[in-house]
Amino acid sequence: MTVTSNHYLRRSKNLLMNALSVACAVLVISPLGLILFYLVRQGVTALNWDFFTHLPAPVGQTGGGMGNAITGTLKLLALASVVGVPVGILGGAYLSEYGGDRINDWIRFWADVLNGVPSIVWGMVAYALAVVPFKTFSAYSGGLALGFIMIPLVLRTTEEVLVLVPRSYREAALALGLPQWKMIARIVLPTALKGIITGVLLAMGRVAGETAPLLFTAFGNSHWSHSLAEPIAALPLQIFAYAISPYDDWHRQAWAGALVLILLVFALSAGVRLLAGERKKP
Amino acid sequence: MSAQEPIATSRPPVPPATKSPPAAGSSSARAEGAAPEITFDIRDLSVFYGASQALQNVTLQVLTHQVTAIIGPSGCGKSTFIRTLNRMHELTPGARHTGSIRLLGEDLYGPGIDPTIVRRQVGMVFQKSNPFPTLSIAENVLVGLRLNGVRDKALLRERLEESLRMAALWDEVKDILGRPGIGLSGGQQQRLCIARALAVRPEVLLMDEPCSALDPLATAKIEELINSLRASYTVIIVTHNMQQAARVSDRTAFFYLGKLVEYDETRTIFMNPANPQTEAYVSGRFG
Amino acid sequence: MSPRPDPTAVLQRSSRWSDRSFRLLCLAGASTIFVLLLLVAYQLYHGSHLARAQFGWKFLVGSTWDPVDEVYGALPFIYGTFVSSAIALLIAVPLSVGTAIYLTELAPVRLRQPLVSVIEMLAAVPSVIWGLWGIFVLVPFLRVSVYPVLQHRLGFLPLFQGPIYGIGLLTGGIIVAIMILPIVTSVSREVLRSVPDLQREAAYGLGATRWEVTRIAVLSYARRGLMGAAVLGLGRALGETMAVTMVIGNSSDIAKSLFAPGYTLASVIANEFTEATTDMYLSALFELGLVLLGLTIIINIIAQIMIRAISSKETRRVA
Repeated sequence: MTVTSNHYLRRSKNLLMNALSVACAVLVISPLGLILFYLVRQGVTALNWDFFTHLPAPVGQTGGGMGNAITGTLKLLALASVVGVPVGILGGAYLSEYGGDRINDWIRFWADVLNGVPSIVWGMVAYALAVVPFKTFSAYSGGLALGFIMIPLVLRTTEEVLVLVPRSYREAALALGLPQWKMIARIVLPTALKGIITGVLLAMGRVAGETAPLLFTAFGNSHWSHSLAEPIAALPLQIFAYAISPYDDWHRQAWAGALVLILLVFALSAGVRLLAGERKKP
Repeated sequence: MSAQEPIATSRPPVPPATKSPPAAGSSSARAEGAAPEITFDIRDLSVFYGASQALQNVTLQVLTHQVTAIIGPSGCGKSTFIRTLNRMHELTPGARHTGSIRLLGEDLYGPGIDPTIVRRQVGMVFQKSNPFPTLSIAENVLVGLRLNGVRDKALLRERLEESLRMAALWDEVKDILGRPGIGLSGGQQQRLCIARALAVRPEVLLMDEPCSALDPLATAKIEELINSLRASYTVIIVTHNMQQAARVSDRTAFFYLGKLVEYDETRTIFMNPANPQTEAYVSGRFG
Repeated sequence: MSPRPDPTAVLQRSSRWSDRSFRLLCLAGASTIFVLLLLVAYQLYHGSHLARAQFGWKFLVGSTWDPVDEVYGALPFIYGTFVSSAIALLIAVPLSVGTAIYLTELAPVRLRQPLVSVIEMLAAVPSVIWGLWGIFVLVPFLRVSVYPVLQHRLGFLPLFQGPIYGIGLLTGGIIVAIMILPIVTSVSREVLRSVPDLQREAAYGLGATRWEVTRIAVLSYARRGLMGAAVLGLGRALGETMAVTMVIGNSSDIAKSLFAPGYTLASVIANEFTEATTDMYLSALFELGLVLLGLTIIINIIAQIMIRAISSKETRRVA
């Protein structure tokens, strides 16, 4: 009868859809496994002490390493943080402690829009601001470009954690006769410190892997950089240069560099997980 | 509490009966080191949050070195009242007031008066204890001094012990001063907050239902220390627990629906109230 | 009491000045958001003025990009950007929504957090690493095992005709799809989670199967939010640079076939910026950047509006 046949149809449709959605999940998750598999398989062979400490070998020769690229990335991250972290934290504090509803909505909206600006565009801005006037590529300009990217990220995460600090701590601080700025700077911010650091690490993880903004700011360097005002090597830049080159040995090193880079990025987010502790319910 | 003849009257609420101040010398003379007898002189205080009125024409005088209790049913304005005394009600957007409050003769809301200075003179302890989570016990007590620039180590140590003794907490924590403040039990945390408030040596200590989140044993400890604070401080305590008010206070003010209904010596309020509403409340007929 | 004078009495008289300065400092921090927006628009506008003066609006429809003769037109890159992004969306959106459905409606609870963590890890993989994997793993695989089959089956369409190199527009689209999967999945999942349980319970109460509950109660309620997730993915796809550069073939000719090499706005800037020898060349690249900026900002504004529409009162991070 109609009821029964319709019932079976509905049930099979249900099973089909369930299976499809499981398939989707598998397809979405699998690239991670594929990537990690290849990174490890191709990259591990080139990882040795030389890789971390030596400079790249001259074109065509085997050997050499990415020592300068690794330290370059670390220096760039530090510079980016100098730009991005104070601005982001202060901005997040404004939203949480001072701002009104409407202005806050606006700032959040445009911060989210800013997050969607392609990173290469920030490279162009940093180029115009820091490369052209000084007529040189530099770590400073690279750090500036990365810092631009960090600002909206740190601002949003800082606001989110500051808002979670219970109101009673603010009241207790004010009731002791502390001025508002000290209440914020010496009581509220320290209370939220773990969360703020989490946000900073997340932002650092995001910019550590950025290549495009560095292409014409930091530019890359086959030697050690002696000052921050000259071009500097960075891990993503080196990976890119090696990957598109015609040399097999460089391809191998590109995989190794990629492995190191992904470990750095994952280490930063693991640090986040450690600090975050309690997670939201799935 | 006691059986008594109902006071047959339809009088409006009795204006606060200021009996003669406790014998401490004439009111005009200031003996050396002795504080003036009236700590808070409140006249015609009305408080509005936006369009709604929370307090209506409250006039009363809080006397020095006494414990004054504020009682009344929920929503009667007692929390609002106590927060005007240290300018904390200003933190609520849309709050405004009319009338005057004088602390030791000075207008609390005068032009140029900095609320943060007021709050150093009028300390506050809250309903739920809130020691700062990133600070140790010692750091919690001293935070009001340190963050206001006091660096003298000897003074800090002295104040630390003095405040913790006054809060009846010294013996329990003197060996663990470095531990986090939030590691203590609920009652201990509240006493820590009291020590923290006392460390800046305010003139007045305001307590907004300080025991409502505590068990009877912890409550008893705090009531005992309130009794001993009388010698050095003026205490105003808001409480919904009438028996507590009867136990610890010298004078009691009964608020109802934003108005001060009656204010008198505690014994009078509980045994022999002048106002029928007071009588109805203290005998438990509503609340 | 101690006989010493009370030190707190003489402390800091008025803190108004410090309060004001700190507040101003924080306000300055918050307003960098607007400063950055203005800065990026201004720099790109200013940097492109030579090219804009020379080519005007014809720049957007010009299909010649010839640095030697200094004739510049953006059409090949606009075309490449749109095609690769469209391909990416066609692949990624159904997969992401399907995964989001799995995560919110079907997956066993204990599996959910680990799966979410895997997706977060995927989102963290840098573009250049996808590109590396793309060149050495994906491209050979597609060239050998997938594209010939596609050409065999669908070769009657001009889209699938022509020589197969492995690199090309279609490969670019596929790799961008992989890269936007995490964000579209996360946002879709947030959107689905915000559908109130009452909706689901009502449908279950009527005897619906799980899929029907999802289709009737959840998806229709969340439709606008899911579209917002897709639009957000589009915004991300438009700006993808490194992985695309490494697999798309970098040719500024507009070809009909998806197997042919192409170019996107972001990848041409990445490849040619440091080679720009003349001011006009650089200015033309800046103008491409301006076009890219305009596109991504508009798309992102639309995405943010759509996503906020479904959760009017909450403040959530969506990017």
